Amino acid sequence: MKRISWPTIVVIALLVLFPLVVQSDYYRHIFILSLMWVVIGSAWNLLAGYTGQVSFGHAIFFGTGAYTAGLGVTKLGISAWWGMLLGGPVALLVGLIIGWICFRLRGPYFALATIAIGEIFRLVAIDWRSMTDGMDGILIIQSFRSKLPYYYLALALAIACVFAVYLVLRSKWGYYFVAIREDQDVAETIGISSFRYKSLSLMISSYFTGMAGAFYMNYMAFIDPHVVFSLHDISIMAILVAIIGGVGTLWGPAVGAFIMVWLQEIFRSAFFGLLPQWVSEAHVLVFGLLVIFVIRYLANGIVGDWSKITGDWFKKKQLSYSSSGN
Amino acid sequence: MNFFETQHLTKRFGGLIAVNDLSFGVEEGEIFGLIGPNGSGKTTVFNLITGSYPITSGTIQFKNHRLNGLATWKICKLGVGRTFQVVKPLRRMTVLDNVIASAFNHTGSLHEARDKALQALEFCDLIEKKDYPAKGLTIGDRKRLEITRALATEPALLLLDETMAGLTPQEQTEGVELIRKIRDAGITIIIVEHIMHVIMSICDRILCINYGQEIASGLPAEVANNQDVIEAYLGKD
Ligand SMILES: Nc1ncnc2c1ncn2[C@@H]1O[C@H](COP(=O)(O)OP(=O)(O)OP(=O)(O)O)[C@@H](O)[C@H]1O
Ligand SMILES: [Mg+2]
Repeated sequence: MKRISWPTIVVIALLVLFPLVVQSDYYRHIFILSLMWVVIGSAWNLLAGYTGQVSFGHAIFFGTGAYTAGLGVTKLGISAWWGMLLGGPVALLVGLIIGWICFRLRGPYFALATIAIGEIFRLVAIDWRSMTDGMDGILIIQSFRSKLPYYYLALALAIACVFAVYLVLRSKWGYYFVAIREDQDVAETIGISSFRYKSLSLMISSYFTGMAGAFYMNYMAFIDPHVVFSLHDISIMAILVAIIGGVGTLWGPAVGAFIMVWLQEIFRSAFFGLLPQWVSEAHVLVFGLLVIFVIRYLANGIVGDWSKITGDWFKKKQLSYSSSGN
Repeated sequence: MNFFETQHLTKRFGGLIAVNDLSFGVEEGEIFGLIGPNGSGKTTVFNLITGSYPITSGTIQFKNHRLNGLATWKICKLGVGRTFQVVKPLRRMTVLDNVIASAFNHTGSLHEARDKALQALEFCDLIEKKDYPAKGLTIGDRKRLEITRALATEPALLLLDETMAGLTPQEQTEGVELIRKIRDAGITIIIVEHIMHVIMSICDRILCINYGQEIASGLPAEVANNQDVIEAYLGKD
């Protein structure tokens, strides 16, 4: 196996040191959310970016993980931390069932089905009050006052998820996933059960997304159906994270996560209170414009088109050189 | 029992009968030619063999397996490889990765799959282009990649669908050599080809079909001189 490159080690070292240097709870909070989104974005990317099965419903797995942790507290009286253990497997099971239903069909059925199933999960969580307490949500008592334990847990999850994707890509599964993305007919004729391997990809993806959901329950200590089963704040956000960073690249979603969480925060706070409050309402619009920009100019995302970004910059410099020479 | 055999193979697309009551056998180690005018059903026969289309009626048997109703990937696992007439490179993968993906057919190890893929690329003389993105290949190399990818699945029976179409005479000569080399490696071949001198020179036996039905079969010389075959190709006056 190839050794892990030094930029990776540097980035991880910086992330380990970050909360020790930066004492502000606010910045630690933003980083914790970013790391959580690294997990979700990478998980989404494995399924959509590498296997070609676009999901508009990753909130299904996020919410399932979160509610597994939350219901453990309210219904079973166990610690929400059990969710970290159970949230992944329960979400994986949901993924398995969805795949079993949708992956026999070709084309956009999977994408459409994920939207529909996502809404069903949200509505069930709202209306099944005896189970979920509906829109009252689930409130638990946070285990730690300090952000540090959460930070390092989120960091460990993010590293585990990116590393898992890395390992998968260097294995038979990874080759099979990409072959299916490129051409399902070819995949079948070279001995790949597209149904089986699409399901496997979805299971890995839903597992990590469920873990992220369980983490969210523990960290935020409050969830309700609109938050964790949200179409645009979770499902669409997962897509944006991957698109901005680079679909089908290992590091794209990690980069995209930090950018998107910061952008969201900048808008939520209306540029840290510098602009009038209505600006915070505009974030959906700005995200939309951002996606259009990225798709138009950086179709492979910031990571996928990095050479283009730096190359263009370099070329412009050379041009200005030559024009000044004339 | 033949190595490979179809019995009364039939395929309907709605009202159209693309393959009509076709029975033929292929012996182990031979190069078997399947010819016929455009739209006569050759590619459809391949699609039936590989399970890409469901069979309307009839049977297909390979070694001691009945292929009817099996999934395409299972048929590949049993040892049937195929190329596509309209080439289908896995575009955003390198040539090597294209072949590695198929070399995983009988192994789970990347190391082994890579070795097998390199061997197949060497065998098909595509090794120099292994790091090219597959979408950047010339048509000749794309056809070669189709063959390499099929070989990397380690088939006992290989279905070649017009792998010479669109090639230069020089490339065609190389293609004929490659196909002989594949046969000499112990792989049985069914080949669909329009280029007559190619088909006549390499096939042990030939089946000619029109409108999905057999019109002649036998040794190349017999088929070439058959009146129905000549009419089917040139059209009746
Ligand atoms: N998926 C399909 N649906 C409907 N009709 C089809 C389909 N595939 C093939 N056909 C029809 O079946 C007939 C046989 O087609 P096929 O592609 O097998 O011919 P062929 O012998 O391979 O021709 P060519 O030499 O041009 O490649 C044609 O009339 C074609 O239009
Ligand atoms: Mg054809």
